[in-house]
Amino acid sequence: MTSGASISGPAASGPASGGAAVSGELYGLGPIEQVPPGEGRSFGVNNQQIAVFRLRDGSLRAVSAVCPHRGGPIADGTIDQTEVLCPLHQHAFALDTGCSTTGAPPLQTYPVFVDADQNIMLQLE
Amino acid sequence: MTAMASRTARSASKDSRRRLVVIGNGMAGARAVEEILARGGGAQHRITMFGDEPYGNYNRIMLSHVLSGDEDAGDIFLNSLAWYQENNITLHAGIRVERIDRFAKLVFSDDGRATPYDVLIIATGSRSFMPAVDGLYTAGGLLRPGIFAFRTIDDTQNMVAYAQQDHHHRAVVIGGGLLGLEAARGLQSHGIDVEVVHSGGHLLNTQMGPDGGAVLRRSVEALGIKVHTNSRTTAILGTDKVQGVQLRDKPDIACDMVVVAAGIRPNVDVAVTSGLPVERAIVVDDQMRVPDEDEIYAVGECVQHRGEVYGLVVPVWEQAAVLADHVTGADPSSAYLGSRTATKLKVAGVDVASMGLQAPERDTDEHVVFSEPSRGVFKSIVIRDSKIVGATLLGDSRKVAYLTQAFDRGLPLPEERVSLLFDIGGPGEEAAVAELDADAQICNCNGVSKKAIVETVKGGCNTVAGVMDATRAGKGCGSCKLLVRQVVEWAADGSVAEDPTSAYYVPGVPLEKAALMKAIRQQGLRSVSAVFAALAPGGAEDAKSKMGLASLLKMMWADRYIDERDARFINDRVHANIQRDGTFSVVPQMKGGVTTPDQLRRIAHVADKYSVPMVKLTGGQRIDLLGIRKEDLPKVWADLDMPSGYAYGKSFRTVKTCVGKDFCRYGTGDSTKLGIEIESRFQGIESPAKLKLAVSGCPRNCAESLVKDVGVVAVDGGRWEIYIGGAAGAHIRKGDLLATVDSPETVKLLTGRFMQYYRERANWLERTYSFVPRVGIDHLRSVIVDDSEGLGAQLDAAMQASVDNYVDPWTERGDPFTPGQFRTSLPLEVLPQVPVR
Repeated sequence: MTSGASISGPAASGPASGGAAVSGELYGLGPIEQVPPGEGRSFGVNNQQIAVFRLRDGSLRAVSAVCPHRGGPIADGTIDQTEVLCPLHQHAFALDTGCSTTGAPPLQTYPVFVDADQNIMLQLE
Repeated sequence: MTAMASRTARSASKDSRRRLVVIGNGMAGARAVEEILARGGGAQHRITMFGDEPYGNYNRIMLSHVLSGDEDAGDIFLNSLAWYQENNITLHAGIRVERIDRFAKLVFSDDGRATPYDVLIIATGSRSFMPAVDGLYTAGGLLRPGIFAFRTIDDTQNMVAYAQQDHHHRAVVIGGGLLGLEAARGLQSHGIDVEVVHSGGHLLNTQMGPDGGAVLRRSVEALGIKVHTNSRTTAILGTDKVQGVQLRDKPDIACDMVVVAAGIRPNVDVAVTSGLPVERAIVVDDQMRVPDEDEIYAVGECVQHRGEVYGLVVPVWEQAAVLADHVTGADPSSAYLGSRTATKLKVAGVDVASMGLQAPERDTDEHVVFSEPSRGVFKSIVIRDSKIVGATLLGDSRKVAYLTQAFDRGLPLPEERVSLLFDIGGPGEEAAVAELDADAQICNCNGVSKKAIVETVKGGCNTVAGVMDATRAGKGCGSCKLLVRQVVEWAADGSVAEDPTSAYYVPGVPLEKAALMKAIRQQGLRSVSAVFAALAPGGAEDAKSKMGLASLLKMMWADRYIDERDARFINDRVHANIQRDGTFSVVPQMKGGVTTPDQLRRIAHVADKYSVPMVKLTGGQRIDLLGIRKEDLPKVWADLDMPSGYAYGKSFRTVKTCVGKDFCRYGTGDSTKLGIEIESRFQGIESPAKLKLAVSGCPRNCAESLVKDVGVVAVDGGRWEIYIGGAAGAHIRKGDLLATVDSPETVKLLTGRFMQYYRERANWLERTYSFVPRVGIDHLRSVIVDDSEGLGAQLDAAMQASVDNYVDPWTERGDPFTPGQFRTSLPLEVLPQVPVR
């Protein structure tokens, strides 16, 4: 199972801005041991705050760390194989797409994986 | 937000869809677009919307809730910015349209843009009416600081900010209509003394007659809002800041702020400037078109239809549907014939409904009136030719649905007119729901009819929550939720109504609690992941179920429980209560509410050292340190060197006590000692929901034992009463007397036995105030006191195992249980901060 990639970010259908995106820069976030199984930890990456979750099957998911509802710390949320619950008001978000199943605006998702040296590697757009 | 729709876009575009431009992004404009999209209009039109306010569309009706602090401004949005993107709508938010060129078909906006259109919708809404009063404006023509209109999110937030400044204590609201009363009530919740100045002879004079107005006045004044009727404001006093208002022929009223809620006026400037027909508002025909303009429509509070201008949401919804029928061509025969306005709402906490005439007009009109001012109830119905032509109901909304229906449809009325006002042994609520016409509107915020709900149910959606999600019924102000439930139950024929998962202990494992516990025991499932693997469909984890399972397994297995930290809620992972800004609150244990100078010194030291933003006494007789950063938690615990008070968990919380017989001259039992012993014994045990206890030393009940999950009262003769299932929070219930016993030891035994029975039998998150009446006090007494089922020893042993297994979680401070257990999850960005007091 690969990490979640965004299906259609807001930029996909927005007005043509002409801004060229730097594609796929990789960031190493350090050893996987930082994130206990079934939990999340937040990382500051290139001035963005990212919540990285380690699912119980060993795979990783990365989403934006701030709940779009009222700013809750997503990394403190409870997860299962498919979704994360924000700890403040229990809004639920699919870990693969960032879409909320409870009516909140979506989280951003980022490709993330564990490399051969057991380091967390995150790709920013 | 780039300038796609510029002058050049017209020729450059190859998009053959018609250009639909909407002036106004309020409830009418956005609703019209939603209706157009629902009719497939997105494929026919490229849609551009202009909104004066720099936001998406929000529910203006809810502004009074934002003012009172019941809702966050962010929660009242109907269409988020994402909605516009998803529907490919170009939104120019914060940009005002100034003029329309009907011949060149261009819209000119204040950013210098000219936007071409093929179809135009004007939905400019209304603005607050500002009466001629001296001192309203600055020299620059703006409202002076301290004077507010009440129309927009910005108005509301500015008002809240101003009201919360410490030196502002008094407000005058000009206008005693719906908005004025809502403003007054909202300001009160910020600790402001409010007086309402109303030029009319009675409150709500557009909705009701003088008799109803007088009853309402009584109810409003009972809330502490002073009302001045027949009072015209002539000036706002004060030079640099507001100091009061001047009334004609009456004494001045001193105040620090003024809210003007003297009605609304349609925004017609654009239409007038552009040469469109405007009388009291923009004139439209039955197709919602502006006369003689084939491609210009108008909708909402800015229109005048057959001489009527509406200021309520229901007519706007009806107009938007007709407009969309014509814009899309979905139904060329569709026509808007005007609305019979029935208002049903809560004004300053009082239920108000009004429709049609306020009072009889002809000699032959019947008038049925009931007035009970002491309870704030007033009901008046005007009947003509055996049909309702007007009704006013105040303080009791039970018959409103039926009356609205009878008014709208001209239904035949019962011979016995009094049954219009009351249910007198007649058909109950279900019949009332059955009587409702299919077109009757159930949810007035989102315009959902009975038919829409019934069709959703017939379409296979048979849970109340599911229907609410699918139709948006009940998702506005929420006041119709009960009615939505009744309609769903009626449509589902009473048999199906509950969420199938509601009987399960947790939603992700399809078993009731008893069956779940049996399976867990038989299969020896000692961890949450093992339960999912063995008992959940497909072995799938479920985040919503983890916390409940963790609690249950810990209770069942005690020291043999395999504690997977990811199954815990964040509070239980870091042993503190998460706050709205992501910081935590720390409540050290203070058994029985008794503390020492040494503890207080340490608490004060911690508060200083960590710059704790708020130190608060709790209702459970403890001290709460709020705003602690996650990474500081272990250090705070170390410096406190006190055990956890468990103020964060679904667990035994605290025992409140009175001073007891050592000091109190009335005390009959040593309540303090017993309270401390109970807390020492049961500290931290997990349970389906929190447990709050109390021990009072005499029947004066200073520790409020009658409204606790378990409450103990010493009575004369060395005896103790034990009450269970009491509550005084969101729910108020006096506990039921379980037993009267003669020793503190027996109190502790029966308390423990009851709590264990509750732990084993109650549903997840079911408080004792629900559990005790559900199971029945007689049954509980026989099981717990008389041991009729022989469970006593077993319950006592299970509780003892939990007690023996207690470990103060704050000892994890020296050695984090998981990597990064106390690492911050707070974003780098500035979060909404809890205000520092």
